[in-house]
Amino acid sequence: MDILFSNVKELVAIAEKEQQPISEIMIRQEMLLTRKSREDIVAQMENNLAVMEKSVEDGLKGVHSPSGLTGGDAVLIQNYMKTGKSLSGELLLDAVSKAVATNEVNAAMGLICATPTAGAAGIVPGTLFAVKNKLNPTHEQMVNYLFTTGAFGFIVANNASISGAAGGCQAETGSAASMAAAAIVEMAGGTPQQSAEAFSIVMKNMLGLVCDPVAGLVEVPCVKRNAMGAAKALVGADMALAGVISVIPTDEVIEAMHKIGQSMPSALRETAKGGLAATPTGKALEAKIFGKDKETRDPVTK
Amino acid sequence: MKFRSVFEIIGPVMIGPSSSHTAGAARIGLVARDLFGRQPEWARIHLYGSFAETYKGHGTDVAIIGGLLGYDTFDERIRTAFEDAEKLGMTFEFIAEEEEMDHPNTARLVIGDKEGDMELIGISIGGGTMEVVELNGFPLRLSGHFPALLVVHDDRAGVIANVSNAIAAQDMNIAHMEVGRKEKGEMALMVIEVDQVVNDELIEELRALPNVTQVSTLAN
Repeated sequence: MDILFSNVKELVAIAEKEQQPISEIMIRQEMLLTRKSREDIVAQMENNLAVMEKSVEDGLKGVHSPSGLTGGDAVLIQNYMKTGKSLSGELLLDAVSKAVATNEVNAAMGLICATPTAGAAGIVPGTLFAVKNKLNPTHEQMVNYLFTTGAFGFIVANNASISGAAGGCQAETGSAASMAAAAIVEMAGGTPQQSAEAFSIVMKNMLGLVCDPVAGLVEVPCVKRNAMGAAKALVGADMALAGVISVIPTDEVIEAMHKIGQSMPSALRETAKGGLAATPTGKALEAKIFGKDKETRDPVTK
Repeated sequence: MKFRSVFEIIGPVMIGPSSSHTAGAARIGLVARDLFGRQPEWARIHLYGSFAETYKGHGTDVAIIGGLLGYDTFDERIRTAFEDAEKLGMTFEFIAEEEEMDHPNTARLVIGDKEGDMELIGISIGGGTMEVVELNGFPLRLSGHFPALLVVHDDRAGVIANVSNAIAAQDMNIAHMEVGRKEKGEMALMVIEVDQVVNDELIEELRALPNVTQVSTLAN
């Protein structure tokens, strides 16, 4: 099969050799693999970008999920940010609030774009629409941001996993935050290798993160894990741009994530049986939302 | 390579809340409906692993029914799929299974009507991407991302060559192909994913080939 890269080492090598950004290598590979035209591929990504922008806008107006577990936090964070009293900085809190906004829309069964999954859909748009205000990118650069996140996500999905049920939350928000860090570096003018370093720095700090959704809903703790994922993406990108490198190469970090996911017990991989889902409050919320103890596992007939 | 497009990573555009449990589940239903070739009148859906544990919270059940009704991942009608099915007179049942399957997000769909029935096992592998792993007892791998041809045939020498020649004659490229059989010399199944859209002419040609018993397509 025609393929330009299957791991990060190859991706960085080809980008350096061709003197092209990672986003461009991703577009070329997509053309090879799907035989679609560049125009079609870019148009589809522009559509995804438009959906993301709409999700952020909707979330910032304030939405609430049917279960009542999540909603309204994006508005709280925006309001606090505007008081000028924030300690961690406006750009960072802006990214956090926009990540939360997207995931609140997702929990409310609204329309979102998975990046790479719905549960982790807040981090990529959250960071993008916050960094936008600082870097003033062109529309094309914003679309390229998504191709760069996609290039790294493509490698993770094929060499490890992007599924919480298979690899825990490290595979979802961990991947999303690392992908976003790599794309921030590119948008800020960093090198392909610095993008890889940013990816590694963030992923190393997401390793081992379990998937333990309360009541099986993509709400608690998912929304707040997107918030912190966005924060880590920004800090990781800044570290890489400062010249910090990862001692463990990116592909080995991805392999480690994969192995950690495989050795995670099933209770901590999206079955809602362990972690926060199994706390007294988590269980009580589950019973309240579904009206009875799920242990009975009655077949549902309609 | 399980993932072949950047839009499996950045995408799909979908109704929340979960890419694997909502979007992937909708796609399993949609592929089952396409393979069945018409609206099923009834469905019995067995869920395994994480699907079995969390399907209510993720809307896995409405998503699968939505798929069986022909709704795509971004179709807002997914939210009302149960009511819509009822209006159409489609009956359905969900069974949460204890058994552990190879993949944690596995669904076995048995669907049918007065004309016949079909059994499909689908897995949701993350980010909204799904694979069909078994069809009517035949193990297979079908990504659902390319137009696919399914050819049921007798296990005889030359059938595979005839089928691939007919495809090549249409200037069509095979992206992925798998052949399975239950017993030597008995019924076999060819699963062929192609890069171009399958036309009716090719289907008729394949149906006319010796030892070919059934041909259906799955367009994407």
